[in-house]
Parts: sequence; structure tokens; C-alpha cells
Amino acid sequence: MQKTLNIIPEKCTGCAQCEIACSIEHVGMFSPSKSRIKVFKFPDEGRFVAYTCTQCSEAWCQRACPTGAISANAETGAKEVCEPTCVGCKVCTIACPFGTINYVSERGKVTKCDLCGGDPACVKACPTGAITFIDADATGYDRMKAWAAQTGGGAQPEA
Amino acid sequence: MTGFIKKVFCRKGKTASGPSDTNRGTSDQSYKYVVAGAGPAGVTAAETLRQNDPDGSILLLGGEPEAPYSRMAIPYLLVGSIEEEGTHIRHQDGHYENLKIDCRQGRVSQVNPASKTLLLEGGNRIGYDKLCLATGAHPIKPPIPGLDQEGILHCWTLEDARKIIELAHEGADVVLMGAGFIGCIILEALALRKVNLTVIEMGDRMVPRMLDPVAGNMLKSWCANKGVTVHTATKITKVEPHPGDAEDTLLVDLDNGKQIPAHLLVVAAGVKSNLGYLDGAGLEIDQGILVDERLQTSDENIYAIGDVAQAPAFEGEDKVVHAIQTTATDHGRIAALNMSGIAARYNGSLAMNVLDTLGLISVSFGEWNGVEGGDNAVSVDRENNRYIRLEFSGGRLVGAQSVGRTDQVGVLRGLIEGRVPLGDWKEKLKKNPHLVMDAYLACAQR
Ligand SMILES: Cc1cc2nc3c(=O)[nH]c(=O)nc-3n(C[C@H](O)[C@H](O)[C@H](O)COP(=O)(O)OP(=O)(O)OC[C@H]3O[C@@H](n4cnc5c(N)ncnc54)[C@H](O)[C@@H]3O)c2cc1C
Repeated sequence: MQKTLNIIPEKCTGCAQCEIACSIEHVGMFSPSKSRIKVFKFPDEGRFVAYTCTQCSEAWCQRACPTGAISANAETGAKEVCEPTCVGCKVCTIACPFGTINYVSERGKVTKCDLCGGDPACVKACPTGAITFIDADATGYDRMKAWAAQTGGGAQPEA
Repeated sequence: MTGFIKKVFCRKGKTASGPSDTNRGTSDQSYKYVVAGAGPAGVTAAETLRQNDPDGSILLLGGEPEAPYSRMAIPYLLVGSIEEEGTHIRHQDGHYENLKIDCRQGRVSQVNPASKTLLLEGGNRIGYDKLCLATGAHPIKPPIPGLDQEGILHCWTLEDARKIIELAHEGADVVLMGAGFIGCIILEALALRKVNLTVIEMGDRMVPRMLDPVAGNMLKSWCANKGVTVHTATKITKVEPHPGDAEDTLLVDLDNGKQIPAHLLVVAAGVKSNLGYLDGAGLEIDQGILVDERLQTSDENIYAIGDVAQAPAFEGEDKVVHAIQTTATDHGRIAALNMSGIAARYNGSLAMNVLDTLGLISVSFGEWNGVEGGDNAVSVDRENNRYIRLEFSGGRLVGAQSVGRTDQVGVLRGLIEGRVPLGDWKEKLKKNPHLVMDAYLACAQR
């Protein structure tokens, strides 16, 4: 069974450990701005939301890519960007209705969550259990995927 | 049966080339699915067909002597950041063979819906159960005298790109006609090749069909700062030979009386669906091939997708040709689902573009210019080249454009296509339209 990130905003304290861990894992430095998971703060409500890619099965980013630079990792199911193949056209960044694949101008490439090859650094770094890595079926991400199915590209097989 | 039309191999370093075999042999062949056109739309359709029908025979026909490639990647070939293979849609050795997709070169010259056959240039006749037309568009040549000379090119095919690479050497005097969306992409590629570039756009600003005057003029002054002159509200009236100049063989006449000597003129003046081979086929046609929300044409066995299709739009009743990558691949998927017997309805095409103009990135979505009775939220920071304009209809977002933002721009699509009710976030966005991501999380993800 493939696993997926499960994020529970109610447990998030906004400490940004996940962002730090993600940036260390992927760019080798302490740089939350380079993190592929982002914590959004809603000060009025005292609410924090950690947010990253849901690895949707009919991935908009993958379909839109003109050079086939995004593919599913057979083991983890993560949609991964093959950097040498990515030309940096950014069309995936407007195609993804979740806003979770983004252009990095210094590199001229796009980046997104790759589940760290199956052992996500953000999960290990989260001190409150707000981010866990569990069986795909059991997550609230089904809700997001259901929402995804109704939108974007109208890719909606009828029952 | 082999050899009736040239097989296109997709192997690294072995791009299909050379003359086509279409003239040889007259054997007929039949397939369950024929996809005419091997661009992003056709390839997506062929692969989706295979996903949903493991055994049905599939023919994927490309109209050019190339492995299936993406036009969108051409600018990156022009600047040398990729080789030709980098423009190919798939890179694995034997990708199409492994999927049992028969990928061949051949141009359709006629479609006969009554006999469910099509004719290829060269005389072969091919039968189909279901046909998907994905033949794309061609660049428009405006009615300006003198455009049929050496040194005048479109930037549409790999073959065009090869010629441009030859002519656009460092320091060459190059004129670009058109600063629309595709013109602007080519603009960047030419500028990065360090040619001496002059851009002529007849509209009052750059990308007039994607950005408003505030954003369009930001792009224009950005280009000027980078040393690229863009003449807006200017027309090319004629192109003359320039005798006696071995380098600048062309003289480009403008309606302001100026003449610009040029080594190369690149014409980017819009595109038009490829419909020529449909004379007599009886399909309903307007600007493109008219299709319904299943991407089905007026003939039940024929579907049309991508730049050649005029399909339902996300907003409004009118069918549209949206000649963009995202629409092409979304069409490809939905049409293929329907062709393989899985009923799927298309929500309609949303116009969307992202443009990198010498490092200044702009995006636009949907009804970026607003709708009747709608209202908007705008924030301009000219000094830092940052701009965002959101367009609402009632309580939801219907269009957006921005300059200078790359983070999470996709949620603009999410908010629009999800028809997400914004509630009191609309007022917050009116105070600060940059908060789109927060609005998205608060309204769409709860
Ligand atoms: C330089 C450039 C940059 C671009 N940049 C962007 C961008 O940034 N974003 C964006 O959204 N879009 C961009 N586009 C537009 C985008 O490339 C097209 O929308 C897209 O290619 C459409 O895909 P398609 O499969 O419908 O058509 P095409 O890619 O045009 O493919 C059509 C296929 O049909 C074949 N064909 C044509 N006639 C026949 C025939 N009679 N019989 C058989 N086969 C035939 C062709 O050879 C080709 O294989 C760009 C285009 C260009 C040229």
C-alpha cells in the first residue's frame, strides 16, 4: 500500500520545523523559503496550515508537461520532476490547481514534494504529529482528491 | 504488415528523419483507434487510450518527419539549453512500441466518415473505428507584401527552429513581427541568442490578449531596460529585398515611415486551426472543428482535440479554440476516455498562460479582463514590477493576472475552476489581492 502525507491543521503550531527539514533535505541548507512544504498562518483565527502536494493520481502537472519531465515514482507514487528534462517553461505551475509545484528562478526549474523517496523529512521533524505518513486510503487527502476530481480539466469520468 | 507509412522511432540520438515512405505501397490497414497528429494533444490521447483499452490497436500519425515533440519546448532549443531530443514529448527508448502504439509519419489529406476511412498524402487509405483529430494549428501569414522571401520564417516547427538557429547569430539584425503570447516567448529566446532585436507589435501593448495595459506596459519597460526595443502600435507595411547588403538582405518597412534592415524576420502573428484536409468530410466547422463536452464532433466516431478543436469554454456558452498546451492535454485525456467507452464530461477550457519575459514572469487566467457586472481587486507596485489583478463575479473568482509572482500561482486556477465561494475572503482580497493562497486554503481546503 502506498503511503501519503496526512496533515492535520488542528495539531500544527506553526513552528516551521517541517520547512527547515525540507530545505535541509533538498537543498542542503537551512532555508524555509526553499521548502516544498509551506506553513500558512491565519493570525486572526490562531490557525496554522502546513501544505504541500497531494501526489494526485491524475496529476495536472504531469499531464501538462510538454517534455514528459514529471513522472510517478513506481514505489512511492510521488510525482517527481526529472530536472535534466525540465525546460523550466512553468506550464505545470499554472496547471496544478493546488499551487504545489513552483518555479525556482535561480535554477530555472520547477520543484515539488517528492516524499523524500519514501521517508519524508517533514514527518520526522514535526514535533506535534501534525504531519504523518500513513496508508493512502486513511487520509483526509481523499477529500482533496475528490475536490480535485470535480475541478481542473474537468477530468471527471461519469458514474 | 509493415512499411506502408514511415515508422517513427523514439530513440535518443536517432530522431526519425529523411523522406517519408507514404508514396510507396497502397496497402490498406485498419485500426481500432487512429489519432491524427502527434503533438501534446495526440500523444496524451494515444496514451490515455492505451491506459483504458489494453488491447485495441492504436495508430498515432505525425505530420512532420520527427519523433513526437512539443512546440512549447522550441524556445529552449533556440537558446541552447536543450538539444532537439529535449523537445520530445517522451524520452524512454521504445516508449510507443512498449505501449503498442503504432507511431508513424503520415499526413491526412482526406477524411471519409461514411466509410470510416482516411486518406493519407501519398495515397494510403486507413480504416478506423474511432478517429481523433489532433492536427493542431499553423501560423498565420498576414497579407503583407514581401513575406515570401528568404530570411523570413515562422517559429512553429522544429524545422523552423533549425533555420532560425542558422540565421540568428550573435549580433544579427533580427525583426520580430508580433508581441503576442507566442511572440513574447520567441522574443526572449532571440534576445538570449544576443541578436540585435527589434520587435514590432501592432496592438497598443505587449500580449494584449493575455494582460491588461498596466501589466503589458510593465513588460514593455522591462524589455527596454534589458535592451530590447518593442515598438507597439506599429505596423509592418512591406518587406523589400535589400540589394547590395549580403548580411541584411531584407528591408522591413514600418507604417511610421522607418525602414529596418534585417538578416532575419520572424513572423508571430497568430495561429489558425489546420482544417484544410476536412473539405468534403461534412464535419461541423467554425474557427476550429466544433466538438461537444465529450470532445466529439458532429460525427459520432470522430473526436477533435487541442489547437484544431473548437470546444466548450469554462465560462460562457460560446465554443472556443484555446491554442494552449494545457487545453491540448486536457482535451486529449477526456476525448480518449470517451473513445474507449468511459463517459467523461469536460468542464470547458480555461485560458491560462505563463510567460517569462527576460526574467519577468507574468501569468493570466480565465476572464482576466473582467466580466459584466463583476468587480475586481488590484495592487500595483511599478517600482518593483509587481502587479496582481483579480476579477470576481459575485462571490467567486473568474479571472486573474499577475506580474512578478511565481509562488502558488496554480491556486488561481483552483479557485476559478473550483468555483470556490469566497465568502468574507472576497473583502480581504480586495484589501490585499496578494493573499490568494490564504484565501484558497481558507475557502477551498476546509
Ligand atoms: C514557440 C512556441 C511556444 C509556445 N509556448 C507555449 C506556452 O508557453 N504555453 C502554452 O500553453 N502553449 C504554448 N505554445 C502553443 C502550444 O505549443 C500548442 O497549443 C500545442 O502544441 C497544441 O498541441 P496540439 O497537439 O493540439 O497541436 P500541435 O502541437 O501543433 O501538433 C499537431 C500535430 O499534428 C500534425 N499534423 C498537422 N497536420 C496534419 C495532417 N494533415 N495529418 C496528420 N498530422 C498532421 C503535426 O505534424 C503535429 O504532429 C507554443 C507554441 C510555439 C510554437
